[in-house]
Amino acid sequence: MRKIISFLVLFAILFLSVSAVAGESVPPLQHNWSHKSLFGTYDREAVRRGYQVYSEVCSLCHTMKFVSYRNLADIGFLPKEVKNIAAQYSVTDGPNDDGEMFERPALPSDTFMSPFKNEKSARAANNGALPPDMSLLVFAREGGEDYIYDLLTGFTPPPTGIQAQTDIYYNKYFPGGQIAMPQPLSDNLDQSAQDVVQFLAWVSDPYMEQRKRMGVKVILFLLVFAGVTFKIKQRVWSKAGKGKTN
Amino acid sequence: MSDSEKIKKFDNSVIQWIDKRLPIFSLLKKEYVRFQVPRNFNYLWNFGAILLVLLVIMIVTGIFLAMNYTPHTALAFDSVERMTRDVNYGWLMRAVHMNGASFFFIAAYIHIFRCIYYGSYKNPREIVWILGVFLLMMLMVTSFTGYCLPWSQLSGWGTTVITSLFSAVPLVGDSLVTWLWGGFSVDNPTLNRFFVLHFLLPFILCAFVLLHIWAIHTTGSNNPTGVEPKSGKDTVPFHPRYTAKDSFGLLLFLIVFAAVTFFAPFALTEPEHFRPFDPLQTPEHIVPEWYFLPFYAILRAFTMDICIPFTQIVLLSAKLQGVLALLGSVVVLLFLPWLDTSPVRSARYRPVYKWCLFLWVVSVVVLGYSGAQSAEGLPMLFGQIGTFFYFFHFLAVMPLLGKFEKTLLIPDSISEAVDKKMGMKN
Repeated sequence: MRKIISFLVLFAILFLSVSAVAGESVPPLQHNWSHKSLFGTYDREAVRRGYQVYSEVCSLCHTMKFVSYRNLADIGFLPKEVKNIAAQYSVTDGPNDDGEMFERPALPSDTFMSPFKNEKSARAANNGALPPDMSLLVFAREGGEDYIYDLLTGFTPPPTGIQAQTDIYYNKYFPGGQIAMPQPLSDNLDQSAQDVVQFLAWVSDPYMEQRKRMGVKVILFLLVFAGVTFKIKQRVWSKAGKGKTN
Repeated sequence: MSDSEKIKKFDNSVIQWIDKRLPIFSLLKKEYVRFQVPRNFNYLWNFGAILLVLLVIMIVTGIFLAMNYTPHTALAFDSVERMTRDVNYGWLMRAVHMNGASFFFIAAYIHIFRCIYYGSYKNPREIVWILGVFLLMMLMVTSFTGYCLPWSQLSGWGTTVITSLFSAVPLVGDSLVTWLWGGFSVDNPTLNRFFVLHFLLPFILCAFVLLHIWAIHTTGSNNPTGVEPKSGKDTVPFHPRYTAKDSFGLLLFLIVFAAVTFFAPFALTEPEHFRPFDPLQTPEHIVPEWYFLPFYAILRAFTMDICIPFTQIVLLSAKLQGVLALLGSVVVLLFLPWLDTSPVRSARYRPVYKWCLFLWVVSVVVLGYSGAQSAEGLPMLFGQIGTFFYFFHFLAVMPLLGKFEKTLLIPDSISEAVDKKMGMKN
């Protein structure tokens, strides 16, 4: 039996470790992210700085349709600041009582404004390529945070043998190496990339901290409950308890 | 009627009043309190109770998710993301339901392995076993249809790949696939019917669970020795012995479940599951959920069409062979009670069979590994060898070994086996 149990463990480990990795591109390097450790939390400062980078650079091309301005309160923006941030953008609302669409400043309850009217206009502005939505970007890429960091910092001139094309850039971390996005960050590159990656991690998994906190409570409760149940089980199964059970 | 007179009346007058009109408390008392079960269950016998609890967890979380879900191709992905972010504790319901599916399969596979190891499917428990195989099939269809609902790249393409398998059916294949899809591609009608099926099947599954439990309470449970209880010394009442033991085992299982759900909820998913389905863009790798990987490897293991010799007329295309093998890999389980010819139930007393079973488990793991890789080269070869072993065990080892194997001495009774074990400990 012991052999079989150890085998089942092996079975589990094998399956957990098997992951399909796409070929061609260079695998991302491992970095240390504070939020990735077992009880790790998001570095609020970094996430807020990352939002700055996002709003000044990324958001010019990328959408983030699942995040609302009010969510910024979770990373430490005050209600007033959130209102002001939202009010910088304008939303098409309506129709009003006259049947007309109208523009109004965005409210905290609105989702992040899209930089383009629709997919076609996004493609038209980006030489046919569609900048992906960033709401789930960390989850939706093999390598997650590491991959995005490496991509942001990994722009190089194409190596010999690969022909330079207009509006196509070279990045060895991108599958295939040829990417339609020009190098987005340059000033203080390392810091900005780290910040924006942490912002994106928060955006993909905003409930991570709450989940871990609840997890600790749930597991502590289950451990205590299991301990009590174990004692009861032992009592019930001991010879002393035998008379009562039959 | 002497039986019903023997059951002690209930002290509580309300319960007594109800029980006289609907003897539900008598039934529970008979089946879950006084019910006599072998005294020597090990922890592998916990998984029936664990599965029952998981079923309840899945139905409860599933109902809350369904209340916030929109089964429409344009809205499904967004509605899942919205309920994760904007519905109170939506993230929790989703994480529990998503990981619950994986843990459901972990528990089901251990439960099935336990039955195979201790020969629980043998006479007189064939119907319990067959109902169990039906439950496995329903579980597979339920999880498959559920995986489609978030309408991610893997949802859409997984659905496309698996439903397309039916096109291998001779003559009517293509019409069958169109019928399944409700159109000419995986689209809104497919999503709608998958949502309906995913909601409906668990309740049918519940009905089968009742039959499964009814049958096992009729025949009585098997036990690690595989010897039927012979006297009162071999059994103990279900309550409090096994209610206590099952509760402890369940809590241990829930601790592991909670650890994954709260600290690594996305460990078992692929990046492609976080991209909305795009019918025009095939992902590089289409991998099913981990619990389907061995079956996926069996499906892909066949590469050669079988033709009428010296002609180009295909009798059995490679694709059809794969589909048949995939179906066969589950259907063959239905016949285990008759494929296994050994008079001895428990593998404990079958030294050769034990090793064969070990090899079978290895073949399932190898198949799982192969299913996760792209279908070429060494992994593909492993998949083919694994497929061969999977069926070889059921179709050759089980029927033949039972006739020739020299089994160890079987204890006369459960209590003799228990006493011997206790004696060895002291």
